[in-house]
Amino acid sequence: MDARTQEFLEEVQAGRQVETGDWMPDEYRKRLIKFIEMHGNSELMGVLPERDWILRAPTLQRKLALTAKIQDEVGHCQLIYRVVEDLGKPRAQCLDDLISGKSKFHNVFHYPTKSWGDVGVIAWLVDAAAIISQKALLKCSYAPYARVMKKVCWEESFHILHGRDTVLAMVTGTPAQFELVQEALDRWWPPLMHFHGNPIPAEEDPMFVWRIKSQANEDARQQFLEGYVPQILELGLTIPDPKLRRGDDGVWEYTEPDWDELMAVVTGHGPASQERLDFRRVSRAEVDWVSKVMLPEAA
Amino acid sequence: MSERAQLLLELADDELILGWRNSEWTGIAPFLEEDVAFSSIAQNEIGHARALYDLAAVELGTDADALAFDRKPEEYRCAQLVQLRLVPDWAQTIARHVLYETADALRIAALKEHDDAELAGIAAKVEREEVYHRLHAEMWLERLRNEARYTEAVDELWPYALGVLEPGLRPALAERVGRPQVQAVERSAPGEEFAALWEEMTMVRRSAPVGAQW
Amino acid sequence: MIWEVFRQERKGQPFVHGGSFHAPDKAFADAYAREFYARRQESVALWIVPREEITEIGEFPDEFDLKYRRVDGYSIKARLKEARERAGTAAP
Repeated sequence: MDARTQEFLEEVQAGRQVETGDWMPDEYRKRLIKFIEMHGNSELMGVLPERDWILRAPTLQRKLALTAKIQDEVGHCQLIYRVVEDLGKPRAQCLDDLISGKSKFHNVFHYPTKSWGDVGVIAWLVDAAAIISQKALLKCSYAPYARVMKKVCWEESFHILHGRDTVLAMVTGTPAQFELVQEALDRWWPPLMHFHGNPIPAEEDPMFVWRIKSQANEDARQQFLEGYVPQILELGLTIPDPKLRRGDDGVWEYTEPDWDELMAVVTGHGPASQERLDFRRVSRAEVDWVSKVMLPEAA
Repeated sequence: MSERAQLLLELADDELILGWRNSEWTGIAPFLEEDVAFSSIAQNEIGHARALYDLAAVELGTDADALAFDRKPEEYRCAQLVQLRLVPDWAQTIARHVLYETADALRIAALKEHDDAELAGIAAKVEREEVYHRLHAEMWLERLRNEARYTEAVDELWPYALGVLEPGLRPALAERVGRPQVQAVERSAPGEEFAALWEEMTMVRRSAPVGAQW
Repeated sequence: MIWEVFRQERKGQPFVHGGSFHAPDKAFADAYAREFYARRQESVALWIVPREEITEIGEFPDEFDLKYRRVDGYSIKARLKEARERAGTAAP
């Protein structure tokens, strides 16, 4: 590592904030782009599991809330891709790489949704897991991204409430409605346990070294379990992991997730990965003419 | 059912089904900024539907959700224009948007003068939001008016647009849009395309007994 | 074109940079600014401006440490103590 890069590294580790026009090492810029782009990709792909359910929402309020939630996610994608663009990668190229499979998106968006139970569970627990990561990103060394995270965290605060409210209506409804939630939870628990990534120690995680992330993966997962397992259990729901328990030292124990499976999923081999990417490719092609007419510089 | 209730349901059904169709674009609009903007329009339309259903519900002894979801397909009174599935055609979508907003502006302006204070009040509120829908429609019209696919879409949808309004208002619409009046596609009972829409719109709701909470 | 948005959270507050987006012209920029920065009534006013109209200025020479123009350029503690002692008004 050359002296200038070393100096930069020490500065970000000491809490320095980096702005778009600042000099930055190539490695830092590349890692930033990859990380932030994956986040943008995830917001965009996250829309797909949920958007069908807008049309099927069983009350006007749920329809409005779900539409607003998804609207937020599209908006977040816009904000996040803007950050990537200002780092040097055009939005059209981000979309190209997403659709071709060259870049990745978070595991949870590679799975199908089957019922209204999924809608509640996703809005409550997947968003909860995401907010834990996003709050940690408020301290990102790259300031434009940290600022976007502030808006994102503020906007997402209602998503969890909407999700929890949706779940609560079902678990206090008919037995069939309760079962919809339980069945959805059984399917979503493994992806939720994968969500924060494998338990690599912070010092070995390049994202943490450069202070792009400020929280180790396992810390985020523990925070999720600590906050949400009690909330799930108090509703009379069961979690499909017999080993899940809180140790006396406050550390949650659980069945070790299959990390190979996570890698397979995020590299495009999840149950709904290809179908979703195909959908994106087709829908983008259908409206491509509009971008060319309106925004030639940013499809 | 009173004339007032019928009018309210007609308006509410138009807004609900148009909002439903417009929300089919969520996540797949031509570019991200527009996706967010168009989603707000869809939400506003559903919000208008809800307010109109609320008003009708008082008279009919029910609630807005029951009116929105629990009627049989043949009981809906929406115009044919709003029932059409136009995704993934953005030119047709904007053509409908422009035509509907123009027609609705005439309808709402008339309703603002209604003797019934509640109807007039709701019309005023709807109009304050629809100012922005019209601005949105106009800004797209400016950009697409010379595209062949846009003008062809307007050609195709024009008879449907006339069908949104009662005959007395159609000459004014023809004047605003700058096209001669033609045979309108009338409001009549919803058809096959609507049946598929209704099926999807109510599938979750119908999976639990009437009156279940969601 | 890229447009920058400045938002005012409440009357009396300064306008603060909120973010940026793509829009082909002012009409679209107006619509999108409203959506992104005010759809939840979270701003009372917005300014929008094309990015190319903004000039960033980031370097300010401070070679001769002209502290006399700032509060931290003054240290009156010692002299104040001396003056109080002389006047007999120093605290016991």
